[in-house]
Amino acid sequence: MSDLASQTQPVKQADKQAVAAALREVLPPEAVLYDEEDVRPYECDGLSAYRKLPMIVVLPDTVAQVQHVMRVCNERKVPVVARGAGTGLSGGALPHPEGVLLSLAKFNRILEIDTANCIARVQPGVRNLAISQAVATNKLYYAPDPSSQIACSIGGNVAENAGGVHCLKYGLTVHNIQSLDVVTIDGELVKIGGNGLDSPGYDLLALMTGSEGMLGVIVEVTVKLLPQPEAVQLVLAAFDDIENAGNAVAQIIAAGIIPAGLEMMDNPAIRATEDFVHANYPVDAAGILLCEVDGTAEEVAEQIKRVEKVLGNCGATEIRKARDEQERLLFWSGRKAAFPAVGRISPDYYCIDGTIPRRSLAEVLAKIAVLSKEYGLRVPNVFHAGDGNLHPLILYDANHPGELERTEDLAGKILELCIAVGGTITGEHGVGVEKINQMCLQFDKAELTQFHAVKAAFDPQGLLNPGKAVPTLHRCAEFGAMHVHGGKLPHPDIPRF
Amino acid sequence: MADNDHTKEIQESVRTAAASGTALFVHGGNTKAFYGRAITGKSLDVRAHRGIVSYEPTELVVSARAGTPLTELEAALNECGQMLPFEPPHFGEAATLGGAVSCGLSGPARPYAGSVRDFVLGVVCVNGQGERLSFGGQVMKNVAGYDISRLMVGAMGTLGVLLEISLKVLPRPVHETTLALPMDAASAISTMNAWASQPLPVSASCYDGEVLRVRLSGSESGVRSAQQKIGGEQAQDGHAFWTDLRELQLPFFRNDAPLWRISVPATTPAPDNNEPWLLDWGGAQRWLVSARDARAIRKDASAAGGHAVLFRGGDRSGEVFHPLAPTLETIHRRLKEAFDPKGILNPGRLYKEW
Ligand SMILES: Cc1cc2nc3c(=O)[nH]c(=O)nc-3n(C[C@H](O)[C@H](O)[C@H](O)COP(=O)(O)OP(=O)(O)OC[C@H]3O[C@@H](n4cnc5c(N)ncnc54)[C@H](O)[C@@H]3O)c2cc1C
Repeated sequence: MSDLASQTQPVKQADKQAVAAALREVLPPEAVLYDEEDVRPYECDGLSAYRKLPMIVVLPDTVAQVQHVMRVCNERKVPVVARGAGTGLSGGALPHPEGVLLSLAKFNRILEIDTANCIARVQPGVRNLAISQAVATNKLYYAPDPSSQIACSIGGNVAENAGGVHCLKYGLTVHNIQSLDVVTIDGELVKIGGNGLDSPGYDLLALMTGSEGMLGVIVEVTVKLLPQPEAVQLVLAAFDDIENAGNAVAQIIAAGIIPAGLEMMDNPAIRATEDFVHANYPVDAAGILLCEVDGTAEEVAEQIKRVEKVLGNCGATEIRKARDEQERLLFWSGRKAAFPAVGRISPDYYCIDGTIPRRSLAEVLAKIAVLSKEYGLRVPNVFHAGDGNLHPLILYDANHPGELERTEDLAGKILELCIAVGGTITGEHGVGVEKINQMCLQFDKAELTQFHAVKAAFDPQGLLNPGKAVPTLHRCAEFGAMHVHGGKLPHPDIPRF
Repeated sequence: MADNDHTKEIQESVRTAAASGTALFVHGGNTKAFYGRAITGKSLDVRAHRGIVSYEPTELVVSARAGTPLTELEAALNECGQMLPFEPPHFGEAATLGGAVSCGLSGPARPYAGSVRDFVLGVVCVNGQGERLSFGGQVMKNVAGYDISRLMVGAMGTLGVLLEISLKVLPRPVHETTLALPMDAASAISTMNAWASQPLPVSASCYDGEVLRVRLSGSESGVRSAQQKIGGEQAQDGHAFWTDLRELQLPFFRNDAPLWRISVPATTPAPDNNEPWLLDWGGAQRWLVSARDARAIRKDASAAGGHAVLFRGGDRSGEVFHPLAPTLETIHRRLKEAFDPKGILNPGRLYKEW
């Protein structure tokens, strides 16, 4: 992580008091923290293997205060790391030791619900689920539903382009937002997107989405709301062979059905979640598929019949239709609790987020199983099968010397596998600090240079979340050299730099 | 189809132009040459760079070279029962995929299915320095690096020459029907808004000043039950109507006066002047035929929280797109520089100064 410090001119520790004093010119004293015990809670996000204490933590609660923070940091060349709820899994909100950690926790108000236009204007710290809850009485909801939705913030969702189990049909965060208010590094407030379905100029709304706090700080989000579907039905299918399950996914789509959700879990993941939530999963199955269909009552009835037929044809050993809403939620509860469930059977786990073309599913799972044996680490799998987004969870114990390093090594191998089959190193969790090395494999020198140029257009001094998301060419050169020694470089023909 | 791969030639053209500082006019079939600002520049025709590179229906992804004719692409999808859900306007036989994506235009399904950028998964492009760059990919979810693929949509070729585009495609609906309901403008707007907040299989809605037309798409039973809820008469000209609307071929559009596209919240009240207008996209896209001063039209659009584009005709040497707020304008210029430091890719096509 040497890049983290070397990217910007660090402020000397002695400046801490001066920066804090400048911040306090506008922020109340209790919103500027720097004593170790006060900043300790911010030392990591959901990827707790990486920890750093920030120099200062600020907790602004007005846009004007955020603008002031940015101006102070910009003038003094102090790095700024935005933080939502800190549930990120790639270390995106990992503090900078010489920087300000800007928490948006106090921006937790829903500002406006406009049911006629089906939009809600919310502050970035509002929790994802809180939006759907607030509009439920209007029979509306906000579609992207990450498993972390009770905790994660909408600002963090935008910054990561978060997805959920309903993305195949309803899209990711980028498809479900209409505009953003963003404070730039020089403290200007800009509106990106508009009140209509499009806005003039470049699609900065898309560019900001998934930009991991590297281009600006989001201080308001206008999200699109969808009418709750009239009917929803969930089918659980068990398979004694993962390949059949993978094939069923392709066949459902080939039949012209776009399920609202299409999720898969393998046997170790089924067992772990069943012990935890008692969802009544078939614990002997090699894998299960959860296929949800929504729409008008007639449509759902028709499609469910077809789904059941396809599942049967693909060799499902058991097909269960949720009898009622309660059972539907029960079936989902296992999938949604997969991470904490795995957390119970292992002291630590490491979540991977590669996306692959669906056709490579069986191949990739088989190769992961081989790697798992090779490294002596268990790897249960849950994933968004409809989108080809894998979440292998490597189980390890950080207290065993060397095990975290082995885990990271294995994770890297799995990501390289995803690239090799034409996929990507991250579907929804972002690059952060975690996957920065693999970025060197997915992109070449010219592409990385273009990313840096885009960043510079917003943040010429490189103060926003430095060292994250896009590796320096220098770093890639070091990483490339390391890998050539291992002799396992996937594309030896690609020039290293 | 190696002979249809003109990556090297396109790179070479851009490099040569960059070296000499020659402005390029990047284009495909020129069917959308009327759109955007009128510019001059050395022609860079990408039509030879064509062909579907990969298409796997069960992956819901197609990748094609930018010069691929839209009709060819759509025919290939149609054969497998799939479609481009955003219904790109062609504006002529020669329309290419690259042009459709660069212009960022979407058809009547847009408010319900999504826009062209919503379906772009990845692009391969050549930046202003002649470098071939690949962003995004052929998978549904991808957050590695900034989303430059979608940034290219609607950039009118000012950031890069598109070489190849990967798109998410969807199955064609099994059943479709169009209903016609005569009513006044205020009722049409409130009716379209009411539909949007209900779980109905609406896939297009348009009001022409007299009749509200709505298209329903989905399973046969779903469409039939929605039809009962909505009422109205079944329109006989259903399919042709939406195609003509998409292609701006309805009688309303046969007019030489300047055509404005106004993008506003769908609930915005109907204009109360005597100029001809037509509402598409459930009320969120409004076509206006008007020779009025651009500033006045833009002021109205801004007041409603939207923007106005001089879509066709009028003064193509002035600004045709809505002016940007100063801070946004600065970001735009810097982005343009980041991709095209010599300013050779379609300079002035989007905004006058760059
Ligand atoms: C149990 C569990 C399950 C999860 N399941 C999913 C899932 O199903 N799908 C999914 O997509 N993700 C999932 N995640 C990951 C995580 O919840 C998402 O990435 C989420 O979007 C992060 O939101 P946050 O508010 O916690 O952001 P943080 O972790 O605080 O920050 C994430 C990134 O966003 C930036 N950021 C935050 N707020 C702002 C802002 N206002 N302006 C600019 N930048 C900002 C930060 O700098 C950082 O780079 C899961 C995480 C956990 C722990």
